[in-house]
Amino acid sequence: VFFLAVRDQKTVTDFLSSRLGLAHSLAVLIVALIAAVVLITFMLLSAIFFVWLERKVSARIQDRLGPTRVGGKFGWLQTLADGLKLLVKEDIIPTNADHMLFRLGPYIALAGSFLAFLALPFGNNVVAQNMNVAVFYMLAVMSSEVFGVILGGYGSGSKWALFGGMREAAQVVSYEVPRALSVLVPVIVAGTMNLNTVGVMQTGAMWHWLVFHDPFTFGAFWTFFTCGTASCKRAPFDLAEAESELVAGFHTEYSGFRWLIFFMAEYGSMFAISGIAVLLFLGGWHPGFLPHDLTEYLGPVAGNVLNVLIFIVKGWILVFVMMWVRWTLPRLRIDQVMMTCLRYLLPISCVLLLGVSLWQLVAWEYPVLAYCNYLLFGLSAAFVLYTLWRLLTTSSKETPTQLMPGAWGALQSKVP
Amino acid sequence: MMDLQQFLFLAIAAFTGLSAVAVLVSQNIVRSAVWLLFTLAGTAGVFFLLGADFVAATQLIIYVGGILVLVVFGVMLTAQGPFVTMKVGAAEWVVASVVGVLLLGAIVITALRGPWTDDAAPQMEDPERSASSAELGMSFLGVSQVTPPAKLRGIGLHHPFLLEKTEQGTKPASAPERKQMAYLLPFEIVSVHLLVVLIGAAYLARAKRRRGVVT
Repeated sequence: VFFLAVRDQKTVTDFLSSRLGLAHSLAVLIVALIAAVVLITFMLLSAIFFVWLERKVSARIQDRLGPTRVGGKFGWLQTLADGLKLLVKEDIIPTNADHMLFRLGPYIALAGSFLAFLALPFGNNVVAQNMNVAVFYMLAVMSSEVFGVILGGYGSGSKWALFGGMREAAQVVSYEVPRALSVLVPVIVAGTMNLNTVGVMQTGAMWHWLVFHDPFTFGAFWTFFTCGTASCKRAPFDLAEAESELVAGFHTEYSGFRWLIFFMAEYGSMFAISGIAVLLFLGGWHPGFLPHDLTEYLGPVAGNVLNVLIFIVKGWILVFVMMWVRWTLPRLRIDQVMMTCLRYLLPISCVLLLGVSLWQLVAWEYPVLAYCNYLLFGLSAAFVLYTLWRLLTTSSKETPTQLMPGAWGALQSKVP
Repeated sequence: MMDLQQFLFLAIAAFTGLSAVAVLVSQNIVRSAVWLLFTLAGTAGVFFLLGADFVAATQLIIYVGGILVLVVFGVMLTAQGPFVTMKVGAAEWVVASVVGVLLLGAIVITALRGPWTDDAAPQMEDPERSASSAELGMSFLGVSQVTPPAKLRGIGLHHPFLLEKTEQGTKPASAPERKQMAYLLPFEIVSVHLLVVLIGAAYLARAKRRRGVVT
């Protein structure tokens, strides 16, 4: 029922108002409430999953085990234990804090992150509000999420938090520009900002995905993902909370539930950014090896459920990549962060934008350029296969003597 | 009974108006900026309610970004102490009130004199079918007709970019050719103005170095 309510709002609204005799406006309200509840439940559940995943991924990358006890072998329920701990923690508001702003901060962050989900299609028409300018809307509300961080940082009345907030402001105002420019690249190719239409356009095999459309969209995917990581304040761009310099940055003074809300907002916007990337570049809800939409094989219900699952899994994979990057790369300095944006990402995204505009004009004259996607797809697939082959064929038995096997397992060492 | 749209409009309008009053009442500059944020977000809410998604998202992305900078400046200026609370003198109140009343009068007169009819009343629209940014661009180019009509020629339907490519060569788009008027030139002039202002602001705000001093 929930699913249907999200997918066919008109039908359900009509059903409620005609069959059950409810007023039309009441029916609209009920449907909207159901959609909102479904989305916020999804957002919070995936945040719970991501916290567990983050612990496991960081542990494996650092050659540890991570949580193993709570809830069985893999520590499935670790996040629930964490959550319980946070809920019973004392909620402290510092004396120097600006109480109103301090309380307001986390909620603005969460609202910004949640509002983005309203326009995110999880499948063909499985979207709370199918907007014409969905991408633009999502970027707009996600930029207001940062406002919560800055208010929290300022309202804490602590110099560490204030520094964190100021850094966040500088970083976000700068990174918004290349992020928006690289979103424009696939939008120019698709000719629409409606995410649902962009998703439908990429029906079919993987080489129809927009990331392989031409060299410029291929580049735009990487710049967008980098800027997205930076705008979610994830390492290597987590200067707002740099532990080694600022204690904990903007959330130094937060504890308990308010701190929890900040993190739900962060994990929510990680998924939202990944969702935009999946829809604009990686084929949306299409599995990538079937010529038609799944609903044509399995019927509307099973097909749509599978579509949604595929979309969510793709989003999770991108979130996993963000975690992978976070635990692999060291944190940049603040001047390096700004330089990365203003001196590299901004010119690169401008060139991509100009390039794709020219490409669209030239490809109109020379249809042979339309085959570029097969070339790009072939190269990418070859690269991925080669990497996999290297990983699988490199022996892990050549461990240097007197060292434990593990992170060093695959590397030859000259240490005797 | 009040229908849903009226109720939502009243709720959003009340929220916007109250936040606007709070901007004036609060003494702390950062809190003022926060209330200003709510005011402008409420305005965006009204746009969303009317189905003007593009305008609403633009409102959000521009003003939230703008206020962000305002807050940061507020924090930087108030960090010293004497400016944490703002004292407003009586003369400033008078000037501000006069300007405010004049502006309100201008807006009310314009609103009352407008050619409003009942079918021109704003309706809550289906966002899926509301005018998109693509239509906006098309009417800037003069491909689709705009009201009120502009005084300048647009590119029109016969422009080479709009010709459909067929095997026999190019043929004009199927719609009848007519003289199209567009707002593209004024729009571009405003854009270039804005760019000049931005560059000027960046020039004024740059780190100044005195001549002959090596830093």
